[in-house]
Amino acid sequence: MVKRGPSGWLAWIVQRASALYMLAFLVAGLLWFLVDPPGSHPAWRARMAGAGTGIATAAFFAALLAHAWVGLRDVVLDYVRPRSLCGPVLAGLGLGLVAVAAWVLRILVTVRT
Amino acid sequence: MPGNTVSSSRDRRPVFLNLAQIALPVGALASIAHRVAGVLLAIGIPLGVYALDLSLQGPQGFARMAAALEGLPSRAAVVVMAWALAHHLLAGVRHLLMDIDVGSRLPEARRSAWMVNAAGLAVALLAAVTAW
Repeated sequence: MVKRGPSGWLAWIVQRASALYMLAFLVAGLLWFLVDPPGSHPAWRARMAGAGTGIATAAFFAALLAHAWVGLRDVVLDYVRPRSLCGPVLAGLGLGLVAVAAWVLRILVTVRT
Repeated sequence: MPGNTVSSSRDRRPVFLNLAQIALPVGALASIAHRVAGVLLAIGIPLGVYALDLSLQGPQGFARMAAALEGLPSRAAVVVMAWALAHHLLAGVRHLLMDIDVGSRLPEARRSAWMVNAAGLAVALLAAVTAW
């Protein structure tokens, strides 16, 4: 019989790829902060309104939320009992992460207007 | 094993759930801390996004966020989050290196687990010193 459903390799790839991107983003962001700290509110806004920063930051949050989903899904499947509760908990978790994604997108779009 | 048994008149079997006596290997400690730190960081996501939102809205929001960070609870939270990020990131890098067969043999794995555990605590200490 053909095995159906998630085998886990996609989650494994997503976890690793998002980790590598976040690592690069955090190191680069930290260095930028240290070399050229945005001392004032307008400077901070101007930095975040840049197209490059906006795209890199959006990609960071996409990676972060995907990474969080894989990790929290593992935690829920390991510890939430009875197992019949896993589905509803994961659904709530997914909704929460999607809501955060929408929030981030609104922030990044508003800062450019 | 004195002090390690559940005494009742009918049942004197030992129960090996004394947390003080279970010797957790250093790798297991790094691993469970990796998971705990991950959950803490996930809880921190909405807080971080809220801070980003406030800091970009205007100078008042920026000042309000800075003022909110002054309190003792937020400083403690910053220290905890600094530990969580440092430990989770370093333990993650350790796993990525093991994926490509760097340090996956037991002696090196134990040594790197020690280093990750210690470095996470060192960053927390640094954050505590900086926050006060």
